[in-house]
Amino acid sequence: MSEGGTHLAIAAARSGATVAPTSTAGDADLVARVRAALAGVPDPELPVLSVVDLGIVHRVEATDDGIRVDILPTFIGCPALDVIRDSIAGRLAVFGRPVAVETTFVVPWTSDRISEAGLAALRSAGIAPPAAPGETRCPWCDSGQVVMDSAFGPTQCRSLFYCRGCRQPFESLKSV
Amino acid sequence: MTAVAARPTALAGLLRSMADDEFVIGFSDSEWTGIAPILEEDIAMSSLSQDELGHAAALYGLLATLEDGDADALAYDRGPADFRHARLLDHGRGDWAMTIARRYLYETADAVRLAAVGDGAWPPLTELAGKIAREERYHVAHVELWLDRLARADGEPRDRLVAALTALGPDAGTVFGPLPDEAGLVADGLLDAPMEVLETRWRATIEPRLRGLGLPVPPPTRDRDTSRTVHDPAFTELWSMITSVRRSDPGATW
Repeated sequence: MSEGGTHLAIAAARSGATVAPTSTAGDADLVARVRAALAGVPDPELPVLSVVDLGIVHRVEATDDGIRVDILPTFIGCPALDVIRDSIAGRLAVFGRPVAVETTFVVPWTSDRISEAGLAALRSAGIAPPAAPGETRCPWCDSGQVVMDSAFGPTQCRSLFYCRGCRQPFESLKSV
Repeated sequence: MTAVAARPTALAGLLRSMADDEFVIGFSDSEWTGIAPILEEDIAMSSLSQDELGHAAALYGLLATLEDGDADALAYDRGPADFRHARLLDHGRGDWAMTIARRYLYETADAVRLAAVGDGAWPPLTELAGKIAREERYHVAHVELWLDRLARADGEPRDRLVAALTALGPDAGTVFGPLPDEAGLVADGLLDAPMEVLETRWRATIEPRLRGLGLPVPPPTRDRDTSRTVHDPAFTELWSMITSVRRSDPGATW
């Protein structure tokens, strides 16, 4: 845990905040441009995916006064959150107005939020997409003859597998 | 939100108990990083601990919004006597069997507690509890696997597990020790039942598994009233480690 306060600022669950059911607000054209820019921000731990493909962008609000992006952590204690916040703020700096990136748990991030493009990108990087128990397939050879070595892998969101088909180890995104 | 305005102290007590539990077990079990019995467990215990510390950070964050405080200060600037974790967690990580026994008792209790706050009246907590519960499912599955593995191995692994469960037994139920203004929490819908009821639910979930494995079932909780208020001196040592960096240069930005 960082002691600087930024990490603990996941506090964000901002007790007073109200969240509209829509995922965007403000100037529609500006919001669209902001979303397009976010599609170019890679996830630091899975750089083959953008934060949009990973499904962690919950809400974008953009007006002349500023831009606010609410993100959903994949895992609550994800140490990459600060990097993600900084990357988003850096990418959106071109819009020339204040940018706030907030963390929210108003809906849980679930693995089915990953886009089709995101799932394909994961496979191409040798990481199996999230799957129900027993349904994981090898990202290299598509075999279903796989065994989980450990539910816990190099990051909080990944598990370790071995493929008996092509005899390769691989990782899988946890299903949450 | 009205629940908060009506009884912020009671809500703060609930948040503090949950946050302190996750903080203490997360920190304590992170000691296994690099020295667990097998490489996969080095990784697993590190990942589990990272999850717990993340949960603690988020819970302290909510507490900070209620008390107009700072999450880091809540985590690091209190003395050991001000912590409100369950006495079960004063028992150190010990050997691997002790770690598994402690984690089994705690994770199963935490799951019951999360379910009891998961449909509560204060959205920030119910949203967070729901998210935490999704992660904790992996923790429960993992520790149940190890409990079974140690229990079914004849000889030393099983003997050590039995010894650990026996030593922890009287403190096992302290996760369900009384909370400040618990009746208020229940009345306001922040908790779906009193802690004693949650303890009954918890015992009903663990006893069949423990009995099935021929393992000792926790006896009634010792000194239930002081479950979270009176701590073993062993915790002071852990607290000293947890806060040593912070205390080495108060006010520094890391």
